[in-house]
Amino acid sequence: MIIFSELTNQSDMKKIILCGCLLAAICTDTWAQATFPVNGIADPRTRTFAFVHAVIVRKAGDTVRDGMLLIRQGRIVSVSTGVAPPADAVVVDCSGKYIFPSFIDLYSHYGLPQPQQAERVSRRERGPQFISDKKGAYGWNEAIHPEIDAADMFHADETSASSYRKAGFGVVLTASQDGIARGTGALVSLASPDDVRDNFIVLRKRASANYSFDKGSSTQDYPSSLMGAIALLRQTYYDAQWYAAHQQGKTEGVQPDEGVNLSLEAWIRNQSLPQLFAVSNKWDALRAAAIGREFHVQYLIKAGGDEYQRLLEIKATGSPFILPLNFPDPYDVSDPAQTRFLTLAALKHWELAPTQPAAFEKAGIPFCFTLDGLKDLSDWLTQLRKAFHYGLSQEAALNALTLNPARFLGVADQLGSLEPGKWANFLICSGPVFDENTVWYQHWIQGYPYVLEANGWNDARGTYTVVFPGESFQWMIKGKPQTPSLQVFRKGDTLSGKISWNDQLLQISFPAQKPRRGADSVATILLSGWMHGDTLQGTGIAGDGKTLRWLAYRTAPFQAEQDTTSHKQLFYPNPGPVYYPFQAFGSEQIPRQPAAILIQDATVWTNEAEGILPHTDVLIRKGKIAAIGKNLSAPDAEIINATGMHLTPGIIDEHSHIAITGGVNEGTQSVTSEVRIADVINPEDVNIYRQLAGGVTSSHLLHGSANTIGGQTQLIKMRWGHNAEELKFQGWDPFIKFALGENVKQSNWGDNQHERFPQTRMGVEQVIVDAFIRAQDYEKQPSDKRRDLELDALVEILHHQRFITCHSYVQSEITMLMRVAEQFGFRVNTFTHILEGYKVADKMKAHGAGAGTFSDWWAYKMEVVDAIPYNATILDKMGVVTAINSDDAEMGRRLNQESAKSIKYGNLSEEEALKLCTLYPARLLHVDKWVGSIKVGKDADLVLWNDDPISIYARVEKTLVDGTVYYDRIRDSLMQVRNEQERARIIQEMLQAKAHGEKTQPIRLSLRFEEHDEADMDLDISDAPYRQAVSNKDQFIQY
Amino acid sequence: MNTRPFQLIPGYLFTVVFVGLMIQTLGVSAQPHIYPAPPQQRKIVLIHGTIHVGNGKVIPNGMIAFDRGKILAVGETVDTSGAELVDVSGMQVYPGLIAPVTNLGLVEVEAVRATRDEDEVGQIIPSVRSIVAYNTDSKVIPTLRSNGILLAHIVPEGGLIGPTSSVVQLDAWNWEDAAYSKDIGIQLYLPRLYPSSPEAETRALQQVNTIKQFFQEAAAYYHEPQHTHRNLSFEAVKGLFDRSKILFVHADLEKEIWLALDLARTFHFRMVIVGGADSWRVADELKKNEVAVILQPPHSLPLTPDDPVDLPYRTAALLQQAGVKFCIGEDGFWQQRNLPFEAGTAAAYGFTREQALEAITLRAAEILGIDSLTGSLEPGKDANIVVSRGDILDMRTSQVEMAYIQGRSINLDNKQKDLMKRYVYKYGLDMDTTHIY
Repeated sequence: MIIFSELTNQSDMKKIILCGCLLAAICTDTWAQATFPVNGIADPRTRTFAFVHAVIVRKAGDTVRDGMLLIRQGRIVSVSTGVAPPADAVVVDCSGKYIFPSFIDLYSHYGLPQPQQAERVSRRERGPQFISDKKGAYGWNEAIHPEIDAADMFHADETSASSYRKAGFGVVLTASQDGIARGTGALVSLASPDDVRDNFIVLRKRASANYSFDKGSSTQDYPSSLMGAIALLRQTYYDAQWYAAHQQGKTEGVQPDEGVNLSLEAWIRNQSLPQLFAVSNKWDALRAAAIGREFHVQYLIKAGGDEYQRLLEIKATGSPFILPLNFPDPYDVSDPAQTRFLTLAALKHWELAPTQPAAFEKAGIPFCFTLDGLKDLSDWLTQLRKAFHYGLSQEAALNALTLNPARFLGVADQLGSLEPGKWANFLICSGPVFDENTVWYQHWIQGYPYVLEANGWNDARGTYTVVFPGESFQWMIKGKPQTPSLQVFRKGDTLSGKISWNDQLLQISFPAQKPRRGADSVATILLSGWMHGDTLQGTGIAGDGKTLRWLAYRTAPFQAEQDTTSHKQLFYPNPGPVYYPFQAFGSEQIPRQPAAILIQDATVWTNEAEGILPHTDVLIRKGKIAAIGKNLSAPDAEIINATGMHLTPGIIDEHSHIAITGGVNEGTQSVTSEVRIADVINPEDVNIYRQLAGGVTSSHLLHGSANTIGGQTQLIKMRWGHNAEELKFQGWDPFIKFALGENVKQSNWGDNQHERFPQTRMGVEQVIVDAFIRAQDYEKQPSDKRRDLELDALVEILHHQRFITCHSYVQSEITMLMRVAEQFGFRVNTFTHILEGYKVADKMKAHGAGAGTFSDWWAYKMEVVDAIPYNATILDKMGVVTAINSDDAEMGRRLNQESAKSIKYGNLSEEEALKLCTLYPARLLHVDKWVGSIKVGKDADLVLWNDDPISIYARVEKTLVDGTVYYDRIRDSLMQVRNEQERARIIQEMLQAKAHGEKTQPIRLSLRFEEHDEADMDLDISDAPYRQAVSNKDQFIQY
Repeated sequence: MNTRPFQLIPGYLFTVVFVGLMIQTLGVSAQPHIYPAPPQQRKIVLIHGTIHVGNGKVIPNGMIAFDRGKILAVGETVDTSGAELVDVSGMQVYPGLIAPVTNLGLVEVEAVRATRDEDEVGQIIPSVRSIVAYNTDSKVIPTLRSNGILLAHIVPEGGLIGPTSSVVQLDAWNWEDAAYSKDIGIQLYLPRLYPSSPEAETRALQQVNTIKQFFQEAAAYYHEPQHTHRNLSFEAVKGLFDRSKILFVHADLEKEIWLALDLARTFHFRMVIVGGADSWRVADELKKNEVAVILQPPHSLPLTPDDPVDLPYRTAALLQQAGVKFCIGEDGFWQQRNLPFEAGTAAAYGFTREQALEAITLRAAEILGIDSLTGSLEPGKDANIVVSRGDILDMRTSQVEMAYIQGRSINLDNKQKDLMKRYVYKYGLDMDTTHIY
């Protein structure tokens, strides 16, 4: 609040000099609220103000000089030039000042209670929770609460409002940041609750519907994974469509099959609002956008900050973005023994993060900003200036802070610029709003003034004649208007003095004279006073201690001088290139497929009737094998001389859990066929590269084995550097993971896990039978039925459009599943792990099932005590299609060795042994028409080895996918050198940043087991936890 | 016994000329029937084999004579008088492989708590001994022997200052029989020093101080004229101070190894680093302080996402170049049968095959302090010998045909072979089981 201190009559106008002292309560309750009683004297005001002689920036690129901004009742009446202010306006002289629309932040939880974080007790400790704990007629999942309206919980909070206002923000969209469907956000102003009641501060009660992938405070088990969160969102869209359809034409929305579901009703209602999706990284942004595409929703996406790393894909979403400004602090790199744990990706992100806004501007992606994530809101301009340094234009920044957010929210008729009818939210500054020397004096919100800097509004600078008793001299006030300095010219001396202000009151001190030779000290003259117009006056103490009265009047205005004040010099690193993938083994360019490659003089393991061909050439064109023979020639081809080397088809891992984000298991319910690995591929997992270095060209990414009917799987090709979509193996038949035995009956989950059905192998059968019966009945329902993603996947199995790979060990359960499948008219495609497969190889053969097995694992749990390393050989010899799989990121890079164990354990031929990790997994996955052998027309997914590929001494020299070299031993060693240099460069930059006074963040790593089927016994049941626990093969993962 | 199916399979014969006292041919198959071998009865000479001495030397068409459990002679020709000759033409003869760190015999089924005896509670438990819990009847042990692993260092877990470990030979009736070198050392499980939080390092260092103080007080305790109260833990570590016992420090990261080296210097302990993922970074200091390394399996993932993808494969070669004494380890217990392939992988990455063999034989014996007894095929040492049809480091060629522990001809059958034979029989498979013993 501001005190309008002195009113003077000047011509016909009432003129006000705004001095900017704070005065409490003057404006309180001036915004009379119709229904509220008044205690005391009513104080109605129109609050009409005319800000004259200002440079008014109505919006970015639209500036009026010597303009007048007229506001009334908190709204803008006009912005004009050459018009006299109306008589009923309080006139505020803004000569030399700039007026900008104030800023808008769309991602805030201002004025809302913090979500109650339930005590984090692991599921293992507390037992399962299947259904929401929320009381009432709400939906089943505790993380889906669209019925929560931020406006219901909102109460303005002066402490945080004031820090937002100081940061220039006049309006925020506030919403609960808890849960997956978070409810609606309220658009609120940052006016002080001392001035205005919440009733007026809430500008729009349901301004947005908010979403995320984070289940937040929900204590319910489901969803435990990112893929589960995605499935839950998708299912809720379908549920809402169904619920809405059945509500049409009815006054009371009572569903015969659902009753009243207030959550779905709220969801349906919220669909007409702007849809805001908060993510934490670039891939999640793409995941959100994919959901949006499915349901014809264009999300406004609150970004994670690393989207610049995948700008093309981000732009293709068509979404507007809310960009955070919490660029990472430099790391503390003073301890090199720890710095080595800092990934190159983290180092590079530090220097590249501030380039994101400019990159969005350049790419033409619409965006606004949020202060979310900043520990100190006052820090944000420093961050924004970093963005300016890297090319963000001031115009784009202003738009991103004003008109863009207003448009994204559909409130551009109310906010975002200084135009008639809009809210009177603006900043009055000493200069262009983002300039470092600019002082932000006042922030007006809904027509209420808030002083950000009282000093300097009245520019006291200039040359004065000073009158002391019996003398007169001169002084000059110069420097910055809000922190001026004083130079005194008295008795021939030029003296440096001090002047300090508190609004219109001031104190001055200066030495009585220059120090004279031999004098001990010089007396200081102290003055107090006040300012009125061009006059300063007051009392003081002279050098001799006598009280004096003084007066100074300005004789000449301040002449602008060169600004020599030095600002804190920020350090701006000179960022290196973005890598694809954004990872130490990424490249500046995504590897491109050459038109043709000719591999000369290799020993070619064809996996076809031709067998192993010595001294043979293989020609690749457009990613396909074009010719195999001796002395091939192709003038346009890149030549690879493979003399002395062996060429094999690429290795295919039938069972892998690499490259999966946000959990391998949605192991919360016994049937989760709705979740899809395809939704959560992490194309930047270093394990993709590590597998390439072991000759793997395709991996079948599986859901874990924590439940009987797990998730839908995804076959990928190791196209390192490409995005998740591009990694997918095109044209493959979809698969799904099932699991049997100890994991699904929770044998090793701890003592508190005895509730989930099933707890026995008997129950496992019933889970499966029940699921397929439900699927059959579901299919028969009329077409307006509720779409059920879980049953859809099972229906596909019944129709032989989706195939099962089933985690299984002992013979009883293997036979059980085959009989269940037969009962429903389909076949189990693959039994995976299947360590007792050798006991029922004849039954498997008769059923038509294949096997993906470990070479020699056993003794890690009770159901593998009869596992034998001869399993693969017996199955193979029995005519069961058999593959050796890994389930393990480390072993996945040595599947040639694991397959070679079938020579040791059972005398398989070398050629047959290699097929166990190439051709046969291709058959199991129905992709042998494209991969698995070296044959003209097939994909050029090939591995070049320095030695017999089935030997322990064999090393991979090159791995090709689709005729593109994605791993090359020589390139790898060059990359290591490059990485060292890049690391060293950035570490030096971080040291410089620290030297420039930037605060640093400590290096922190989380210790995590690699993902496999049995890696994490707490939440993700997956098949080698014990192996990991024993070996302490902890992986250091950056977070 | 005559009904045992595998006996019906033709070709179940040794390819050796002089079969002699091959216990395993006497119709054992099911696990309880795999008998430990009796003491060596008469002198044996293996002839026409390629002898890998274990110290880098290879004798292409060599002979090795042993009697009463000890090697008498190794060379191109040796005295064969009175000996049973075993023709190992075309085969490779190796010292028995040594698993340098394993919980074998302490765990039978990892997920079944009742079968787990490897992890005791308490922070300071050096008097706890692995040997007394070592289960010679574990069904896992025969699966190791049949891959050439004849000796194992049985290492329990638990505590900061952990239990006492022993070396066993893998063909025994009971743990007293199995004991090869009893109570050789104490485990020290250093706290991990990766940067998990700003305080993690401080907390870890506090634990290290606890460890130091324990050893300081132990040293003082030994000088008490008489003990009012005897301290079992102090007494258990006494052998560290006179260097009769080894301190096995389980550590991977550079900083952890520094702290271990500090302890070694402070207390003049015989020290071995177990794990040592980062040992190559500290190679000079390890060498200078004569601290050896039982290296983590080469089949490990790099520690950080940025580390070269093949770094764990190459670590052994890096230590070799730096002159650090090391051997190669393997994880867990059932996994130990893959120990030779761990060494084989290291051989593919910058190190010779004989060096790789040394890293699972003589170097392991030296590090465990049993090299006077075993580790190489040299006169005077125990006749711990493995004969393989081909290169034992490569699964493509490794077929262990016979093995001797202290001259005793070892049964190479195991439960898994038996199950295999059972189903080969069931299906009437035409599967060559000739050299699947």
